[in-house]
Amino acid sequence: MPVKTMRQALQEALAHEMRRDPTVVIIGEDVSGGAGTEGGRDAAGGVLGVTKGLIKEFGESRVIDTPITESAIMGAAAGAAVTGLRPVAELMFSDFLGVCFDQIFNQAAKFRYMFGGKARTPLVIRTMVGAGRSAAAQHSQSPYHIFTSVPGLKVVVPSNAYDAKGLLIQAIRDDDPVVFCEHKLMYDLRTEVPDEAYTIPFGEANVVREGDDVTVVALARMVHYALDAAEKLGAEGIECEIIDPRTTSPLDEDTILDSVERTGRLVVVDEATPRCSMATDIAALVADRAFSALKAPVRRVTAPHTPVPFAPSLEKLYIPDPDRIAAVVREVHGFVQ
Amino acid sequence: MQLSHEALLTAYRSMVTIRRFEERVQEEFSKGGIPGFVHLYAGQEASAVGVCSHLGPRDYIASTHRGHGHSIAKGCDVTGMMLELFAKQGGLCGGKGGSMHIADLDQGMLGANGIVGGGPPLVIGAALTAKTLRTGNVAVSFTGDGGSNQGTTFEAMNMAVVLQLPAIFVFENNGYGEYTAASYAVGCHDIAGRAAGFGMPAVKANGDDFFDVHEAAREAIERARGGGGPSAIEVNTCRFYGHHSGDAQLYRGKDEVKRLRDERDCLKHFRRRVTEAGLLDAHQLDEVDTGVANLIEQAVVAARAGEPPQSGALLTDVYVSY
Repeated sequence: MPVKTMRQALQEALAHEMRRDPTVVIIGEDVSGGAGTEGGRDAAGGVLGVTKGLIKEFGESRVIDTPITESAIMGAAAGAAVTGLRPVAELMFSDFLGVCFDQIFNQAAKFRYMFGGKARTPLVIRTMVGAGRSAAAQHSQSPYHIFTSVPGLKVVVPSNAYDAKGLLIQAIRDDDPVVFCEHKLMYDLRTEVPDEAYTIPFGEANVVREGDDVTVVALARMVHYALDAAEKLGAEGIECEIIDPRTTSPLDEDTILDSVERTGRLVVVDEATPRCSMATDIAALVADRAFSALKAPVRRVTAPHTPVPFAPSLEKLYIPDPDRIAAVVREVHGFVQ
Repeated sequence: MQLSHEALLTAYRSMVTIRRFEERVQEEFSKGGIPGFVHLYAGQEASAVGVCSHLGPRDYIASTHRGHGHSIAKGCDVTGMMLELFAKQGGLCGGKGGSMHIADLDQGMLGANGIVGGGPPLVIGAALTAKTLRTGNVAVSFTGDGGSNQGTTFEAMNMAVVLQLPAIFVFENNGYGEYTAASYAVGCHDIAGRAAGFGMPAVKANGDDFFDVHEAAREAIERARGGGGPSAIEVNTCRFYGHHSGDAQLYRGKDEVKRLRDERDCLKHFRRRVTEAGLLDAHQLDEVDTGVANLIEQAVVAARAGEPPQSGALLTDVYVSY
């Protein structure tokens, strides 16, 4: 099977679906780039190049460069979705949800319910999350938990190229609004990715590593850090079971609960801030539904409750790392009442 | 443009339906039969009907919190609307939307909107669908003077111009954003002029005069259908009720509402215009009045008798599939 980057996998997913369905359009800032310039279109393909080249095959009417105008992009995509298109709208950095959240939160997410079940809103919002590039406080956040808290939205947080392709195709074919969160440090990560189209259903977690001692639920880039930690811990005789939920809405609760029933211990690893987050949500789920199985307190390994710092030295402290994960897993494993 | 006899009667019927609907909603709301909030459109009928007379069911509109008039003008079922306002089964949104979210996608009605400035970005999306799929349809954003000050509206206008979308921005300037004068809140005192600054044709129309709105809308909608891009119309109009039903209206001038009803009633103007010109006679108009009164009465009877949504409806329709 060919090995591809997550960037290539995402682009393949977009191209597959645009070929298959003429109502799929891409809309956003610099999704081709270069509109109105001497150099011409396709100058960028998004700031990190995911959509580069698509305009050559699909043209300006389906790879739509917009002004810098997030509310209009999100609103246009929502309005287009309920009237017959299947837009893939790009919210360049998820941090920018601050300027356009109304169109996502009050409009797209609520159409179906408040219109009595008559609306379908097949909208995908692709957006970048994640710290690690010294992009500082307004370009580094991981606010998937904010989207997850909104009834009516589905939220995808892939951790590798194979999943990214299958989940993006699923997202485009889905009839509900989907926020698709891409970790900006993972675009060059490679995995085996088939050339053909395939889908991965929402709400099905991936058990990345099996183990009987401690359940570790991790998202996006943290899946890789959890694996690094698990390798070290394995050498010490502690076997982690690592679960990648892949989608936070819907959340595969059963896979998490089944694992905790077996291991009796849970560590949640999340790059987002700790309050009202996926980490607290999953901790609450297990406290509520698997309390009797627990042999140790549920622990969370997250960013601190701070904005993302600029200085590389501080940012390194901000992001959970394999050593911190391993240390917490050891504590949980060694816990004695 | 000369309107046919039938078109004149249809327009009149639509305007009277809005007026009687709103008067009755005010009455029923005062009696406690309607939960929540209602924002009444009475006084502004010529705007909704003057514009929507040019639209078919595949053309889209997005409305505001003051959305009953646009819904009726766009062809929404009056009984379905009344059931919705009363929060009953069979309401256009199954009793889950209410006055501020009344919608009927089958009629091209993308919803009233609880967010001021929420609609314009959605409208350019509907216009993008029309342009991409080459349907020849257009999309109309109804916004008030209040919504004209929102950043979302500016963004929508700019993007409509950049992408040359078949969108029409109708700004209904009724003089008040909530309890504050438009003359205070619209910095430049010229909503059409501000729209023109985005690079689209923009005109003002007299909202007391159905024919003036109708002609302005005809030009804008024909331009959009013909690929000529977006336009804006500022309709100067007035509301006979408060911001919402029950508003004490302490901000109004002495006798202001009486004066508006005496001098600026678009229904009276229409009636005078068509009878004086011999286009319709008073008897024909009276017949419409009677028919509409019956229609509204039936809607209220149905709404009062209706059942509230079943408790299971709480959990349905969050997702298409989950």
